[in-house]
Amino acid sequence: MTKRSTWALPYAIFLVLFVALPLILIILYAFQDGSGNFTFANFTKFFRDADAIGTFALSLEVAIENTAICILLGYPAAWILANKKLNKSAVTIVLFIMPMWINALMRTLATAELFHMLGVQLGKGTLLVGMVYDYLPFMIYPIYNILDRMDKSYAEAAADLGATPWQVFWKVQVPLSMPGVISGVMMVFMPTVSTFAISEFLTNNKIKLFGTIIQENINSSMWNYGAALSLVMLVIIGITSLLQDNKKEVSGGIV
Amino acid sequence: MKGNDYIIEFKNICKSFGDKCVLNDVSISVKQGEFLTLLGPSGCGKTTLLRMLAGFGSPDSGQILINGTDITDVPPHERPVNTVFQRYALFPHLDVYDNIAFGLKLQKVPVNEIDTKVRKVLKMVSMTDYEDRDVESLSGGQQQRVAIARAIVNQPKVLLLDEPLAALDLKMRKDMQIELKEMHRKLGITFIYVTHDQEEALTLSDTIVVMNEGKIQQIGSPTDIYNEPQNSFVADFIGESNILNGKMVKDRLVEFVGHEFECVDEGFGEDVAVDVVVRPEDIYIMNRLEGSQLSAKVKSCTFKGVHYEMFVDTDKGYELMIQDYNAFEPGSEVGLFIKPADIQVMHKERTCNTFEGEIVDESHVKFLENTFECPEGHGLEAGDKVKIEVTFASVELIDHPEEGMLAGEVHFLLYKGDHYHLTILTDDGDHLWVDTNDVWDKGDLVGINIAPKDIKLVKYND
Repeated sequence: MTKRSTWALPYAIFLVLFVALPLILIILYAFQDGSGNFTFANFTKFFRDADAIGTFALSLEVAIENTAICILLGYPAAWILANKKLNKSAVTIVLFIMPMWINALMRTLATAELFHMLGVQLGKGTLLVGMVYDYLPFMIYPIYNILDRMDKSYAEAAADLGATPWQVFWKVQVPLSMPGVISGVMMVFMPTVSTFAISEFLTNNKIKLFGTIIQENINSSMWNYGAALSLVMLVIIGITSLLQDNKKEVSGGIV
Repeated sequence: MKGNDYIIEFKNICKSFGDKCVLNDVSISVKQGEFLTLLGPSGCGKTTLLRMLAGFGSPDSGQILINGTDITDVPPHERPVNTVFQRYALFPHLDVYDNIAFGLKLQKVPVNEIDTKVRKVLKMVSMTDYEDRDVESLSGGQQQRVAIARAIVNQPKVLLLDEPLAALDLKMRKDMQIELKEMHRKLGITFIYVTHDQEEALTLSDTIVVMNEGKIQQIGSPTDIYNEPQNSFVADFIGESNILNGKMVKDRLVEFVGHEFECVDEGFGEDVAVDVVVRPEDIYIMNRLEGSQLSAKVKSCTFKGVHYEMFVDTDKGYELMIQDYNAFEPGSEVGLFIKPADIQVMHKERTCNTFEGEIVDESHVKFLENTFECPEGHGLEAGDKVKIEVTFASVELIDHPEEGMLAGEVHFLLYKGDHYHLTILTDDGDHLWVDTNDVWDKGDLVGINIAPKDIKLVKYND
């Protein structure tokens, strides 16, 4: 064993213990019944359960809506932040990014309290507001990053070739900032699919998301069914991440 | 101002970035179809001027006209010019074809017409069959060609080129120069070209505008600029030259390197200090002394391919550079001869440093934002405004900036045969000119001292 690979050992142990092993366990549990026999029953149960499918669809719907709202709000915000004419201070950027530093649970609890104080009826509306509030910085940051680093000469070249400021934006700046948008989508969509705490606090458990069901099953020791549901969710997240792999350049993202 | 045949007119353009003046009263007129080059060292304002023409950045004062119409406030996308950017700025999300078609698509040109035009320019820049290539997979030279194609496909009235060849290697640059010249001939449109490469400027241009520190130094054809530089900056920047202090004795007679020479210049007056430029290839060098104007001793001789480059010490101790097809052995005594027409006499921009100042007390005067000791007995009151004169040779430069009364940086240097003439930029942004025998390099940080006896106070007549 060479020296360099020795250094990698702690990471390898970490990966095996906390990534590979849990994944294997999830897969094993998902295809077993309570007494350890191989079965597809967990999956057939899920696909036959209208309630579970409904929750699953709702989760996807909420995640898509949340992501869409985050793009609509986050892109212009990132654009303004990256525009030196409009934003002359680095402080504004920090103000936008700061919520990322605060624990999501704290923020969610605070938001729930705020709704309570304002007397707003908890429901899907409050859920979306809370989610957007939680995830918006994760959309703004990668987009801001890529817009900020974009060579100004592209916009100048487009203007020089006859593009109005609006055309410069749509035909050059937007396509060139897509890697940032994709990064943002990854960071918003994936966690929203699996969230459960936000829906619990912000709808008083009126609306159940997929993450909530998984949590409930596991809490009530339905390990095998919970594992199967987790696997379904992992597949969805895996499909989303293909979006990223298809684009050759994601260098502008948050990583 | 319609009715003249100028396609572009810059009128009294001034521009500052903060405290720094980058363009100072620049006026240029460009004829239809001309190949005009803005030439100068980096930071001379040439790119700022070009960008203004494209619409990126507006002048603080002055006007830009295209075909007699003021376009100073017209946004870039409405100007009839296209630019080839220095680092090409090709759109990485589009392939070669779509990069070139970008402008035409914006103009809503019919698809089949776009196709014809794109293929035509691709052929013109020898990039046929590259339509579908990703621009990032192209070499520097190929990207350059696509950038040119993308600009000329829109048939602009004026093509702007911002150091387009700077990123290419020497061989490629030479080839592209020839192609650009050919393209200019074929297209028949006006080219405005920005470069810091004097050879490139001489090769390509119909007209060269030499710029330095935001000011136009000279406008003229390549031969004018080369043969008749108007000041020592132009003479030094364009080609190799011997720049020497001289004295115009009378019309058609000039003295330099300790000898009098016949020349063709008139109207300078008698006994007037001038700068003299002699190109190294214009000095005749021979083994005998009869028929020569002065004698010299060869110091070094280097083979340069086409010619030999020699440095000689003249009988009065001046160093001259000479280029000749024949080699002369170092150490040998030679005779030199310069024809009257090959001596270029120029007005001196200044003969000593002059500053505006104010008397502080009996023995102190304030100028260049510092207080200097000065000779007593000037008989002026504290607070009086005075002109201060300091000769070039009496300014002392020292190695350590912190030990001088002023600190500065060597900004520009000129060898004048027996001494260096330096332009020093002080930390406060003022200029100071110094004659010295010490060897300094451009960018050296120096301390500046002026002895009290060398400060000459001149009272204003009011």
